[in-house]
Amino acid sequence: MTTIAIPRTWKKPPLIKNSYIRWGLGLAAAIYLTLALGTMEVNWVRVAGGLPRGQRFLARFFPPDFFSRWPEILEGLNESIWMTITSTVVGIAISIPIGLGAAKNLAPKPVYLFCRGILAISRSFQEVIIAIFMVKLFGFGPFAGFLTLSIATVGFYGKLLAEDIEDIDPSQAEAVKATGANWFQWLNYSIQPQVLPRMIGLGLYRLDINFRESAIVGIVGGGGIGATLNTAFDRYELDSAAAILLIIIGIVMAVEYTSGYVRKWVQ
Amino acid sequence: MPVVQKSGLKVWHRRERNKQFVIWAGYLIVTVIFVLCWQQISEKTVWFFVLDAPRQAVDMASRMVPVKWSYMDVLWSALWDTINIATLGTALAVLLAIPTAYCAARNTTPSLFLARPIALFVIVASRSINSLIWALILVAIVGPGVFAGVIAIGLRSIGFCAKLLYEAIEEIDENQVEAVTATGASKAQVTAYSIVPQILPAFAGISVFRWDINIRESTVLGLVGAGGIGLQLNASITNLAWTQVSLILLVIIATVVLSEWVSAKVRHAMI
Repeated sequence: MTTIAIPRTWKKPPLIKNSYIRWGLGLAAAIYLTLALGTMEVNWVRVAGGLPRGQRFLARFFPPDFFSRWPEILEGLNESIWMTITSTVVGIAISIPIGLGAAKNLAPKPVYLFCRGILAISRSFQEVIIAIFMVKLFGFGPFAGFLTLSIATVGFYGKLLAEDIEDIDPSQAEAVKATGANWFQWLNYSIQPQVLPRMIGLGLYRLDINFRESAIVGIVGGGGIGATLNTAFDRYELDSAAAILLIIIGIVMAVEYTSGYVRKWVQ
Repeated sequence: MPVVQKSGLKVWHRRERNKQFVIWAGYLIVTVIFVLCWQQISEKTVWFFVLDAPRQAVDMASRMVPVKWSYMDVLWSALWDTINIATLGTALAVLLAIPTAYCAARNTTPSLFLARPIALFVIVASRSINSLIWALILVAIVGPGVFAGVIAIGLRSIGFCAKLLYEAIEEIDENQVEAVTATGASKAQVTAYSIVPQILPAFAGISVFRWDINIRESTVLGLVGAGGIGLQLNASITNLAWTQVSLILLVIIATVVLSEWVSAKVRHAMI
């Protein structure tokens, strides 16, 4: 009879079990870090010179000046809110058919690939890049911003909708199908109730994201509060810029809080 | 169950009548708000430009082909910079997110009335200011280049990482903490042996997820001078070098799709 040596000390199990992979990953990370930091070329003289300048720069943010540009700020905010609401509604409306097409358990292969392609492309580009092209094509102003945010919403919402549909309980869908429901009834009574609560939450979340993004599409000419912010930066009215940033933070906090509350209530 | 008697037959309805009315009212309200907002946008739009857009689009597309593949020689280093901005920025963010999340989580925070609100404010401030705006400020402070991009991405990502991380910390199994505490472990040991192992998978998943988002974000930082492929994109657009623009767009799609694939694979392996 062989005796098994029982270890007298205990060690925490590692995250990655295979020790070769663990050490290999560590080594790769170390090599990468040296290479990346080596090519970064930080101009420390510039940074050191920039710090006092940065300090002065930041000092000019205080105190935030809400009043001298208040009409412009208000207009920018209004534009942002219009853009946010319309683009969320339109984006979600477009993403529903695309999301249905991009769900593996619903759509035939060619439709699936096509819709996944649309989603991949619209997700690949950061909002600002889309905004640059939209401004070039449709001119300055909130319409370009609206289109940009709609496209971004389609990519985000369509993908999550498709994934949610792929995760549904198939037995419910089968049960409704067995009653002789047609395709639309099947969607309406077996798929929609299963994905709806989460999708309402995600819609609110996207509303929140769209507001935040509306603050930057303005930088390239897409209208909204971002345009006001950019103008403030360009005119070196940093106290007004600080006020705008604080307003954005405040609104985002408020939206996040309420949307979290609504999501809890829906689910 | 909402069943209606209709000429002696029992007919099943999906919802009670009042509930259905509430839902219709909801739709009506959303539609009204949408129409009002749309009116405002429409007033501010020069429809002549919009109607002209299809022609412009065709024109632009025709200038974008053939793709200038030889430009790739310049792009490799820009791409390397972009990936570095995303990776180093994520690393920075994760390092800073750990203490922030520790302070923000209800069950680990050192003080509920001081540390937690401060940590929560850091999280919200970092999340609500876009990386492009961070970059705008940082370029003015540390000068244009990759360094500003790394810090911008880092500052922007703290909020995201810390928020998900502190939610993970709040959801841990308290029994394990109690068990380790019962062995007489010190506070640091309790953290290391009962909290860290529980959140480590979530932590790794969050980092990879944010890295994937940051790849996409770092492609535009160059527009304000913070390095990466956005610098080339901006230059090419300004020079009307559309054949280069199309190559850059293709490179961005390829990078983003690849990074998304990598991150999905890693997260699958982890969970």
